[in-house]
Amino acid sequence: MNLLDLSSTLLFIAFIAYLVATLFFGGAIHHKQKEVSDSNKKWGTIAIVITILGFISNLGYFITRWISSGHAPVSNMFEFSTAFGMFIVGAFILIYFIYRVPSLGVFSLPVAIIIIAFASMFPREVSPLIPALKSYWLTIHVITTVIGEAILAISAFAGLIYLLKHVNMKVKSKERFWLEAVLYSLVVVLGFVVVTSVFSSMGYEAKFSYVDKNNEAKEIVYNTPALFGMNEHKSLTEDRMEPLVDMPALINGKKLTTVVWSFIVGTILYLLLRIILRKTIAEKLQPLVKNANSQLMDEIGYRAVLIGFPVFTLGALIFAMIWAQEAWSRFWGWDPKEVWALITWLFYAAFLHLRLSKGWEGKKSAWLAVIGFAIIMFNFVAVNLIIAGLHSYAG
Amino acid sequence: MVQKKKRLVIRSIILAILVAAIAYTVYVTATKDPNKVIKAGDSAPNFVLTDLDGKKHQLSDYKGQGVLLNFWGTWCPPCKEEMPALNNAYAKYKDQNVQVISINIAQSNFEVQNFVDEYKLNFPMTIDRSKSVMRAYNVDQLPATFLINKEGKITEIITHGITETQFEQYMESIKPQ
Amino acid sequence: MAKIICECGHSNPTGTLLCGKCGRPLTEEESNKKVVDMRYEGTAIRSKTYKTTFIDRIWNFFSSVKIGVTLIVITLVLAAIGTFLPQLMYVSVPPGVSPVDVYAEKYGFFGRIYYNLGFSDIYSSWWFQIVVGMLAASIIIASLDRGIPLYKSLKNQRVLRHESFMKRQRVIGEKSVDEAEAQKTLDSVEQEMKALRYKVSRENNALLAEKGRFARWGPYINHVGLIIFIIGVMLRLMPGFYLDKSLWVREGETAAIPGIEGYYVHNNQFIFETYGDSQEAVSESQTAADAINARAKNYQTDVTLYKEDGKGEVLAGNTEHLEKIKDYSIQVNKPLKYDGFALYQMDFRQNELKTMNFELVNKKSGKSFGKVSIDLTNPKKEYVINKDTKIQLKQYYADFSGFKDGEPQSASGIPNNPAFIFNMITPEVPKGEMSFVAIKQTLEPLGETKNQMKFSSVETRNASNFTVRQDKTLPILLVGGVIFMFGVTIGSYWSHRRLWVQYTKDGRILMSAHTNKNWFSMKKDLDQVVSKTNLPTYIDQLDQDKKQDAEQGKGDEA
Repeated sequence: MNLLDLSSTLLFIAFIAYLVATLFFGGAIHHKQKEVSDSNKKWGTIAIVITILGFISNLGYFITRWISSGHAPVSNMFEFSTAFGMFIVGAFILIYFIYRVPSLGVFSLPVAIIIIAFASMFPREVSPLIPALKSYWLTIHVITTVIGEAILAISAFAGLIYLLKHVNMKVKSKERFWLEAVLYSLVVVLGFVVVTSVFSSMGYEAKFSYVDKNNEAKEIVYNTPALFGMNEHKSLTEDRMEPLVDMPALINGKKLTTVVWSFIVGTILYLLLRIILRKTIAEKLQPLVKNANSQLMDEIGYRAVLIGFPVFTLGALIFAMIWAQEAWSRFWGWDPKEVWALITWLFYAAFLHLRLSKGWEGKKSAWLAVIGFAIIMFNFVAVNLIIAGLHSYAG
Repeated sequence: MVQKKKRLVIRSIILAILVAAIAYTVYVTATKDPNKVIKAGDSAPNFVLTDLDGKKHQLSDYKGQGVLLNFWGTWCPPCKEEMPALNNAYAKYKDQNVQVISINIAQSNFEVQNFVDEYKLNFPMTIDRSKSVMRAYNVDQLPATFLINKEGKITEIITHGITETQFEQYMESIKPQ
Repeated sequence: MAKIICECGHSNPTGTLLCGKCGRPLTEEESNKKVVDMRYEGTAIRSKTYKTTFIDRIWNFFSSVKIGVTLIVITLVLAAIGTFLPQLMYVSVPPGVSPVDVYAEKYGFFGRIYYNLGFSDIYSSWWFQIVVGMLAASIIIASLDRGIPLYKSLKNQRVLRHESFMKRQRVIGEKSVDEAEAQKTLDSVEQEMKALRYKVSRENNALLAEKGRFARWGPYINHVGLIIFIIGVMLRLMPGFYLDKSLWVREGETAAIPGIEGYYVHNNQFIFETYGDSQEAVSESQTAADAINARAKNYQTDVTLYKEDGKGEVLAGNTEHLEKIKDYSIQVNKPLKYDGFALYQMDFRQNELKTMNFELVNKKSGKSFGKVSIDLTNPKKEYVINKDTKIQLKQYYADFSGFKDGEPQSASGIPNNPAFIFNMITPEVPKGEMSFVAIKQTLEPLGETKNQMKFSSVETRNASNFTVRQDKTLPILLVGGVIFMFGVTIGSYWSHRRLWVQYTKDGRILMSAHTNKNWFSMKKDLDQVVSKTNLPTYIDQLDQDKKQDAEQGKGDEA
C-alpha cells in the first residue's frame, strides 16, 4: 500500500468515525427526563472520543497526502473541501472542550460529513502545482483561512440550534419557512452527492462538441445525462440522452445540468424525508435541542465568531494580501474571490457591531450567524465553480 | 462656552480633513492617467545618445539653443515622409542655434544607416536601443516631435507628420532671440 | 451647559446614563431596565451630548453605529454586485471596439445595463469611493466619540457603587450577614480574586476586583489600524508613492527599467518548463498523467540587474557606465526585489526570430558556396564567404508586410517576418545578382539569377514581460494591518471582568459582576470564588431557560 492509498483509507476511516460519532452525540442528547442522566454523559464521552479518533485519522490523511504530493493538500476543490470539513470537526472539538455541549456535535458533524462527501465528488488525483501556487504562502494563507471559516461555521451551528429551539413550529411564519429552507439546502448538497456518485458508479459519460463564447470549437464530457446542452452542441457518444434544452454560449450547460440534477434529486430526497417523518425536518429536530441551553448557545454563537474572526482576517485578508503582493505584484486586485473574502469579513464585522452596540442577541444574532455561513458556503461553492477568477479551483 | 467653541472647532477641523481626503481620492481616481504624461511646459528630460558617427549628444549640452527631437522608425510611413522636410529645415536653421536630434527606436545600425544614406540626412541620427529615452518622453506613437526651447522647456509636442514649412515655423518658434 | 447632578452629589455631563461616581441610573429609561447597559459604562456618548450646530449634526450622523453598520452593508452589497460579471480590467477589449459592445456581445442585454450603470468598473467609481470614505469617517468619529469617554470612565472607576447600580447588573447576589462575617468575607474574596489574577481595590466596606481592562481598548486599537491602512491605500494615489509599469525584454537585450531611474535589466535566458519535462508527476491514471504533463511547472527569467555606477551622469540613454548589481532568477512568486522596487515575471513570448542562416547555392548544380548567418537585430552590410564570394545586404525589412507601390514595407521594427534584398557576388557573377528573399518567398526583380540564398535554419529567442512595481505605502499598510490584528486579538480573546462586593449599612452583602463578553468564563471564576468564600449564590438575570423552567415549574406545581 503506498502512501496515497493509506491517505485515502485514513480519510475513509475518519468519514465513518464522524458518522458513528454523530449517532452517539444523538444518544447523548436524547433523553426523556429533564436532567442529564449519567448514561447521557457516557454517550457524550464515547461520542467525543470517536470524534477525536476520527479527527486524528483525518489529520493522518492530510499529512500523508502532504508528504506524498510534496505540497499542502489545499490546492484543488477536493483537497480544499476536505480540509474545510476536517477543520470544522477540529473547531467543534475545540468548542466542545470549552463548553461541553453534545448537541453542537449533532449538527457540526453531519455538516462536516456532507462537505467531505461533496469533496469526494471532485477529481481526487494528486496534481502538481502550477507556478502561481508554488509558494509557502499557499500553505499559510489557505490553512489559516480554512481554520477561520471552520470556526465561524460553528457559530452558525450554534445559531441553528438556538433557532430550532426558539422558532415556533406550530405557527406559520417567515422564520419557520427560512429555517426549513436552510435544512432543505443541506439536503440539496446531499442530492448532489447522490446524483454524482450514482452516475459515476454507472460510468456514465456523454461527449459533446460545442462552440464556446469566443467562437472556438470545443469538446466537453457530461457525467450526468444532459438536461441543458452547450451552445450548438453535437453528441459524440452514441446511445446517450440528447439535451432537453439548449443554452446560449454564455451559460455552461454542463454546470447547469449538474446544479439542476442536484436540485431534482435533493427535492426528491427531501420529499421522501417529509413522507417518512410526516413532519418538517425542523419539527423533527426540535425535540433534540429541547434541552439545549439557549443562553449557552447564544454565547457559543458569539464566541465562535470572536475566535474565528481574527483568524479569518489574518488568513483571508492579511496573508492573502502579502501573498498577492509576492505573486501578482499587487496586494489587492478586486478578483471575485478576494471580493468575497472581503464581503465575508464585512459581514462578520457588521455582526459584531450589531451585537455589541445594537444589542442584537438571541434569534437575531443566530440568524446572522446562519447567513454568515451561507456567505462562506457561497464563496466556497459558487465563487470557486461559477464565478471564475484567478483563484478558481475548477480546472 | 469656551469649551463648546473649542469642541466646534475641533469637530469642524476633523470633518474638513475627512471631506478633503475623500474629495482628493475621488478626484485623483477620476483624473488618473495610467502613465505619467509629459506635456508642453514641462522641462525636457535629459538624456545622452550616441549618433551613427560615434558622437555623443547630451541634451543638457544644448542649453541656450533650441532643440528639435524627432522620434521615428523605418517602418513608420509618415516618419519617412517628413524626413526630407526635416533635413531641409535643419540645413536652414543649424546656424541659427536650432539643433536637431533624431532618435530611432531600437532598430539595427544597418537599417538606420541604410535609411540615412538613402535619404541623405545630415542631422545627427541616434538610436535609442534600451528605449529609455522613448520612455522618458512617453512616446507611444510615431512620429513624435518635441520642441525644446533654450531654457530646456518643452514648448510643443507634435505626433503627426510635418511639412517643410511647418518645420520652419516650429524651428523659428524655438530659435533663441 | 446643563449638568446632571446625581443624588450622590456628583455632577455628570448631559446624556449620562449612569452616574460616573456611584453608578445610579440617571434616566427614566435606565431606571426601568432590569439590567443596565454597560457598553460604554453608562457614560455620555459625545454625540448624544451636544446637538446644536450643523457641524454637530453631521458629527452625530457619523458617530452612529447604526449608520456605520448601514455603510458596511452598502459596501458589502456594492462589492458583491461587482462580482456578477468580470470587471473591465479583466476583460480584453480589442482596439477600436467600445467596451460596452464587448459586454453587450458577451452578456447580452444584462451586460449592456451592467456596463451602463457603471458596475463594470465599480471599485474605482466615485460613488463606491465615497461610500468607503464615509465608512472611514464613521470609524474615526464613532471611535473618538465612544473611546474617549470610556477611557475616562474606566480610569476613574469607583469601588463603591450605589445599590441601584449593583442590582441592575446581569449577575447579582445578596445575603444578610453580620459585620464581622462581612469583613471576613471581603478579605477572603480579595484573596481568592487575587489568586485568579484579578486586581483588587478596597474602599471601606466595598471591594472591586477587575481583570483584563485592556480588552476594552481592542476595538479602538483595531479601528486605529484600519484607519492607518486606509490612509496607506489613499497615499498610493499621490504621485511618487506607487509605480506600476510593464516592460518586455528579449533574451540578450538590456532594457531600462521604466520609472526607476538608472536601473537596467538584462535578460540572460527565459525558461519555461512543464511537468512533462521531468518524472516528478505523481498520478493515479494515465489520462491524468497526460493532462499533467501539459501543466506549466515554471516560468523563469534569468536576469542581470545593472545600475549606472555614478561615474557617468544618471541619464536616460546612458548605458556606458553600467555596474552589475546581481544575477537573479525571476520566477512567479519570486520577484526580484532591489532598492524598494520589484520586478515580477508576468508574461512571455517564445521563439522570436533572432538569427537566420542561409546557404548560397548554385540553382542548377546545387553546389554550395558557403553559409551566411544574419543576426536580425544587427545585420551587417556585407557577409564575406571568401575572396571572390560575398553577400551584400542591400535592404532589410524586419517585419515584412507586403509591397506598396513596388516598395517592400515593414510593419514594425521587430523581426517577426524578416525580408532581405541581397546582392550575391560570386566568381561567376562578379557584379552580383539581386534577389529579394522573404520567408517562403523569393523574387528576382532584376532578372533571373544563377545563384540563390537558400534558407537553412533559424535561431530563436524568447522575450519576457515584467511588471515593475514600486509601492512605498507597503510599510504603512503593514503597520496598519499589524495594529488591526493586535487590536482585534486583544478585543476578541480577552475579556474585561469585574466583580463588585459591598457590605451595606443595613447588614447585607451585595455582589454583582460584569464582563463585556464570555459570561461562561466569568461564571466559572465566580463559581470558584463563591464556593471558597461566604459570598451569596448569584443569579443570572438574563438566563431565559432558567426563568422559563422556573415558570413552568410553578405551573406544574399549581
